Amino acid sequence: MIQQKPTIKLRGITKSFGGKKANDDIWLDVYRGEILALLGENGSGKTTLMNILAGIYFPDAGTIYLNDEEIVIRSPKDAFSYGIGMIHQHFKLVEVFSAAENIVLGAEGKLDMKEAKQHISEICKMYGFRIDLDQKIYDMSVSEKQTVEILKVLYRGADILILDEPTAVLTPQETDKLFNILRSMRDAGKAIVIITHKMHEVEVLSDRVAILRKGKFVGDMLTKNTNAQEMASLLMGRPVELNIQHSDPVDPKPRLEVRGLTVIGEDGVTKLDDVSFIANSGEILGIAGISGCGQKELLEAIAGLQPVQSGTITYLEDSGTKEELVGKDPFDIANMGITLSFVPEDRLGMGLVGNMDLSDNMMLRSYRKGKSAFVNRKDPRRLAERVVTDLSVDTPGLAVPVRTLSGGNIQKVLVGREISTAPTVLLTAYAVRGLDINSSYTIYDLINKQKERGVAVIYVGEDLDVLIELSDRILVLCGGKVSGIVEGRGALKRDIGLLMTKLGGGAPDAV
Amino acid sequence: MQYKRPLFHIVKRKDPPWYASAGIRLLAVLCALLVCAAVTIILTKEDPMSVFSTVVQGAVGTKRRIWTLLQNSAILLCISLAVTPAFRMQFWNVGGEGQVLMGALATAGCMLKLGNKVPAPVLYPVLFLASMMAGAVWAFVPALFKALWKTNETLSTLMLNYIATQLVAYYVVLWENPKGSGTVGVIHSDTNAGWLPVLLGQKYLANILIVLAVLVFLTIYLNTTKHGYELSVVGESERTAKYLGINVTKVILRTASLSGALCGLAGLLMVAGTDHTITTSLAGGRGFTAVMVSWMSHFDPIMMVITCLFIVFLERGSGEIATVLQLNTSFSDTLTGIILFFLIGCEFFIHYRIVRSGKAENKEVSHV
Repeated sequence: MIQQKPTIKLRGITKSFGGKKANDDIWLDVYRGEILALLGENGSGKTTLMNILAGIYFPDAGTIYLNDEEIVIRSPKDAFSYGIGMIHQHFKLVEVFSAAENIVLGAEGKLDMKEAKQHISEICKMYGFRIDLDQKIYDMSVSEKQTVEILKVLYRGADILILDEPTAVLTPQETDKLFNILRSMRDAGKAIVIITHKMHEVEVLSDRVAILRKGKFVGDMLTKNTNAQEMASLLMGRPVELNIQHSDPVDPKPRLEVRGLTVIGEDGVTKLDDVSFIANSGEILGIAGISGCGQKELLEAIAGLQPVQSGTITYLEDSGTKEELVGKDPFDIANMGITLSFVPEDRLGMGLVGNMDLSDNMMLRSYRKGKSAFVNRKDPRRLAERVVTDLSVDTPGLAVPVRTLSGGNIQKVLVGREISTAPTVLLTAYAVRGLDINSSYTIYDLINKQKERGVAVIYVGEDLDVLIELSDRILVLCGGKVSGIVEGRGALKRDIGLLMTKLGGGAPDAV
Repeated sequence: MQYKRPLFHIVKRKDPPWYASAGIRLLAVLCALLVCAAVTIILTKEDPMSVFSTVVQGAVGTKRRIWTLLQNSAILLCISLAVTPAFRMQFWNVGGEGQVLMGALATAGCMLKLGNKVPAPVLYPVLFLASMMAGAVWAFVPALFKALWKTNETLSTLMLNYIATQLVAYYVVLWENPKGSGTVGVIHSDTNAGWLPVLLGQKYLANILIVLAVLVFLTIYLNTTKHGYELSVVGESERTAKYLGINVTKVILRTASLSGALCGLAGLLMVAGTDHTITTSLAGGRGFTAVMVSWMSHFDPIMMVITCLFIVFLERGSGEIATVLQLNTSFSDTLTGIILFFLIGCEFFIHYRIVRSGKAENKEVSHV
C-alpha cells in the first residue's frame, strides 16, 4: 500500500555541531502507509535528522516539504501542528500523573477528562494498545511507558510518527507487540519512521529502508529488495562479515562462586533475592533479563560497589585459595591482588570521566600506583596511544575530553582500559548498548579474546540473539531471582524470553 | 498553518583557538569602553577620554599606586586560588569571607597574646599555623556536614560567614585599644612584633611573594599530584570515584580544608602584612569577588592572575574618577559593571555563533 507521492520531503538538510557536520545535505522522502527504517551507525546523524523534523533542532540549511508545500518547523509545537510527532529514546513523562493525564498534558483547548479518555480509548481500540489509563506512570513497566508516549503523540493528532530506537528497552515479546501496533498504524495510512541500527528489525518490520553514513544520505530502497549483508555494507561503506565467533571453553575452572546473594536497595526494595551461580574461567556467562531485574546490582555487588545483605561471593584461585569479596570495596579487592575489571552500564557517569581527556581516563584505575605524591602521566599516555591504535578509536587526539567522542569510541576507550590490566574476571554491563554494528563486533571480538585468555567473563546483555551466539551459558534473572540457567549453544530465544517474564513453567526459583 | 522562517539561529562552535577567544574578549572590552564613553557623556557631560585617562592614572599613575594595585591583586588572587580546589571538586565554597576573617582573627589573637613574649622564629610559624588552622576549620565543618548528611555546602559556608563576622565583632570589643575607641588599633605599633618583614624597602613585597608561592604550589597541586587528580574525579562524578574505590568523604574533607586554610592565610596576609589590625569589614567582600574571579578564569590559576589584576585595576581606577572628577562612587561602579557585563557576556560568542538561516536550492531528489 505504498503511495507514489511522498508526504514529507527533506531537501538538502544540513546541521553542524561545533564544526562537525551531523547532517550533510540530506535528501529523504517519507511516504504515508509505509514504515521507513532509518538505518545508520552511531553518529551517522539519524537522530539529528529526525530531531530537525520534530522541531528540536533548526537546520543550518535545507528545506522541508509537507505534501509539496514548503514548511518551516521552529519548535516541537510547530511540528505537531503539521502532524509530526516523535517518541524519544528517553521518555518525557510526569511520574506522579496517570497515563491519561500524561497523554492530555500540553494539548491545546479546553480539557474535558471524560471526553479525552474516551477519545484515547478509541485510539487504543483502533491500533490494539492495551493500557490502564488511570495507572500512574511510576507503577508502569518501560513498555507501558512507551505506550503512553505513543498515545500522547497520536492523541495530538500526529499522522507522521517518528520512533527513536523504540526496541532498545523492550523484551522480545514486547517488541513483537509494538511491531504489530506499528503495522496496524501503517495500514491505517500513517507514515512511520523508526530509527534503528538493528538489522533484523529493519528486515521484519520496515517497508523501506534509508541508510545514513557519517551524516550523509547513502540511499534508500525497498526492504524486500535487499538483505542484511547488503545493508551492512552500505552502512559501513565496505563489505562486512556479520558473525560472532564462538569457540568452546578451554579447561574451564570455577573462578567466582556466588551463593545466596541478597541485595536490598536504598529504597528498601529487594534487588537480588538469593542468587547463586558459578562463573568459570575461560567461559562467557551471559546474563539475560528485562532491564532492572537486578543485573546492575549483581555486577556492582561483585565489584564491591553495592552493599550486600546476605550471601557470599567467593573468588577461587587456581591454587585453590579462596578469597571472600563481600564487604570489600574496589580498592580492597585490587589490594588483594585480584584483577577484576568492570565495564559498567553508565560509561560516562561511572566508568569514565567525560570532561577528562583520554590519557587522564586511562589513569583512573592506575593512578594510585607508587608512593610518589605526583601522578605519572607518561604510562597512561602510552596506554591511551596503544588503545587508540589497537582498537582503532576514532579521535582527533589524546587530549580531547572523552565525552566528545561517539558512543562506540567511548566504549572502546573504557573496555580498552579495563582489559589492559590483564584481568581474571571481566564484568560487562550492556557492553554494546547504543553501539553501532562495527563497534559492537569489535567489542564481541575483544570479549572473546579475553575468554580465550582464560578470563571468567560475565556478560549482561539485552539482545538475545547476541547473548545466545556469544555466551557459553546464560543465566536468566527475573525480578531479582534466578529463573533459570541454560546452555548458550542452541538456546531458543523464545524459551529465554519466557524465563525473563517468569513464565518458565513451574521452576521460578530454580538455580 | 504556515510559519515564517526565523531570521537567524544559534549554532555551537568548535572550541576556538586561544587567539580567537582572546580577540573576542578584546573586542568585548573595546565595546564596553565605547558604551562607557557614551554613558559618561550622557550622564556627566565629561570628556570620556579624560575619564579614561583618570582611570589609568588612578590605577597605575604613580609608583605607590602600582604597588597598591599589586598588593590588592595579590590578596584577591590568594582568596581566588583558595576557593579553586573546592570549586574544581564542585564544592561551592562561598564562605571565603568567613574563612578569611577566621584566619585574620587567629592571627590577631596570636599577635596580641604571644607578640613580644616569644621570639620571632617561634611566633611566625605559630601565626601561619593558627591562621591556616582557623580557616581550615571554618571550611571543614560544612564539608563534614556535606559528606555525612549531604547538606548543601553553599548554604552552610554562607551561614558561617555571619558567625565569623560576629565572632570578630566580639573580639574587637574584647581587645579594644585604646578603651572606648571601638577598634583594636594597630597591634604592636612600637615593636612591630608579628608584622611581616619589609623586604627591599617595600612593605607589600612579602605579601606578594607569599601569594606567588601559593600560586606555584596550587598550580602544581591541582595539575600534577594524585590529590589534585582525585579531587577532579570526585568533582566530575562521585559515582566514578566510588567505582574506583576513592574514599569520597576523605577527599571532600581534605580539599575543603585546604581551601579554608588558604583563605585563612589570606587573613594572615591582611593582618600581619598590611593592616596590622582587625575589623569586621576586613575581607570587604573579597571572599565573594574571589568566587567570580575563579569562575571567570575557568578555575585556571594562571588566568586568575590576569583576572585579578584586571578587576583591581578597574576598582582602583574607577575609585579615582569618583574623587578627581567629583562624581559619586556609584558612577564608577556603573562603569565597572558595564565592563564586567561585556566580559562575561562575550563568553557566549566564544562558544556560539549566530547564523543567518539559509535556504538550500531546490534540486530533484536522486534515489540510489
